[in-house]
Amino acid sequence: MSFLSNFISGLSLGSIYALIALGYTMVYGIAKMLNFAHGDVIMVGAFTVIVVVNSLGLPGVVGILASVLICVLMGVTIERIAYKPLRSSPPLSVLITAIGVSYFLQSLALLIFGSTQKSFPKVFTVAPVHLGELTIKGESIETLAVTTVIMVGLTLFINKTKMGKAMRAVSEDREAAELMGISVNRTITVTFAIGSALAAVAGLFFGATYGFIGPYSGAMPGIKAFVAAVFGGIGSIPGAMLGGILLGIIENLAKAYISTELSDAIVFGVLVLVLLVKPTGLLGKKINEKV
Amino acid sequence: MLKVENINVYYGQIHAIKDVSFEVKPGEIVSLIGANGAGKSTILKTISGLLRSKTGHITFKGEDISKTEAYKLVPKGLAHVPEGRRIFLQMTVKENLEMGAYTKGEDMEKDIESVYSHFPRLKERQNQIAGTLSGGEQQMLAMGRAMMSHPDLLILDEPSMGLAPILVQGIFDIIKEFHKMGTTILLVEQNAEMALSIADRAYVLESGRIVLTGTGAELKASDAIKKAYLGGA
Ligand SMILES: Nc1ncnc2c1ncn2[C@@H]1O[C@H](COP(=O)(O)OP(=O)(O)O)[C@@H](O)[C@H]1O
Ligand SMILES: [Mg+2]
Repeated sequence: MSFLSNFISGLSLGSIYALIALGYTMVYGIAKMLNFAHGDVIMVGAFTVIVVVNSLGLPGVVGILASVLICVLMGVTIERIAYKPLRSSPPLSVLITAIGVSYFLQSLALLIFGSTQKSFPKVFTVAPVHLGELTIKGESIETLAVTTVIMVGLTLFINKTKMGKAMRAVSEDREAAELMGISVNRTITVTFAIGSALAAVAGLFFGATYGFIGPYSGAMPGIKAFVAAVFGGIGSIPGAMLGGILLGIIENLAKAYISTELSDAIVFGVLVLVLLVKPTGLLGKKINEKV
Repeated sequence: MLKVENINVYYGQIHAIKDVSFEVKPGEIVSLIGANGAGKSTILKTISGLLRSKTGHITFKGEDISKTEAYKLVPKGLAHVPEGRRIFLQMTVKENLEMGAYTKGEDMEKDIESVYSHFPRLKERQNQIAGTLSGGEQQMLAMGRAMMSHPDLLILDEPSMGLAPILVQGIFDIIKEFHKMGTTILLVEQNAEMALSIADRAYVLESGRIVLTGTGAELKASDAIKKAYLGGA
């Protein structure tokens, strides 16, 4: 494979990471917590597609819609039941709870689906594009097209809509936002809903790219997306996009030109380097100390 | 307009507010003065629902709001400009004003223009990030933002804090303007001199208790107040 085609599949992998990283970073920015169960939402979303399309024999579109719907409901429910009661607890309690939720979802999937990976259905087929020597895979094209639309849409939502502005206000100063008449709880619910919907879409592309899904399939992309969010500057939406895309490209190029086995080590090594030079991440802002 | 009856507020074991009761009548300017740490901000946060009292009642326009969530009070007609202004530093001046009208929705552009008519400086800087404003401009923005919801009661927590004397005069002029427009005002200040001169009535707070009350003029003339808050003489 040429450099360019490696680069493009890295770009496509990176935009999947970016979708997941957006959920991490938005929840961190607004609810001030690390939702370590976020990666497992991808797995639940992908299994939903498998059940709807493979087991029930329904069309792929139904699978996608069901997956988004179930992930949103699940994300919002998890927030209500597990995180909301801990709103004023120390961050460590919340973190441990999130890890607990993650194990819970993995065990639940293990009980229902067993430990063998299930094959992911072909939901849509985009023909590969040939440009002279260069071949771009259909999955890459659909991933890039959809994630671009989502990222532009999300950026407009955050910057232009009333709800989006309220989310920025809550992320900056929760108490002051409350004094404006903004319901912090409702804003957090919306944030979890959006993050989970993005994770469902990511699960779809992840399944389409790798072909198989098991109970632990969400863990690695979840961790990589977390790394991407930190890399870009946790809390920053453009940071999550940039961090995810760069991570995917670095990972793919490392696989192609250095070593497949070492690619993850290289990815995490890059993170460590960036954080040494710029502790707040690429686009992260300095955290304001509250007086 | 506002009635606070027998509230007691705690921070864990710390008993910050002790049996405090006071009242703000429609159309009044009432000041709450007291030294740093007396409990002024704690009382204001309890009124606007950010903290809870263990006892008593808070009534706003006849309705018991002691258990009402903070965000539900804005549409009822209460606006609170917190200590330290707390504007959204990473949002633009105009977006900050929009947040002030979050629960209102209609006539936003008209209200923003009306705020700009009080604070022409804000209009010049409307697309600037609020964090780039000077201290005085930030206070103007915080007050303009609160006025966006057309409050019946405006609560101000130390609006003059950290401002040069010339700016302080401007801020107090604006408070008077808002008052003339029909807004009832509850003003907390360490700057007792200024606060007493514009207040119809005032309460003096010491270590979480109200120790003195009277008209602004009475308190300004009182020896105890002169000694404690107006620099002797
Ligand atoms: N978050 C807090 N936790 C613990 N104690 C607090 C907190 N905020 C204020 N206090 C204490 O409560 C008392 C009243 O504080 P405050 O209402 O801020 O006073 P003021 O506004 O009059 O300066 C002070 O003794 C202060 O140390
Ligand atoms: Mg105070």
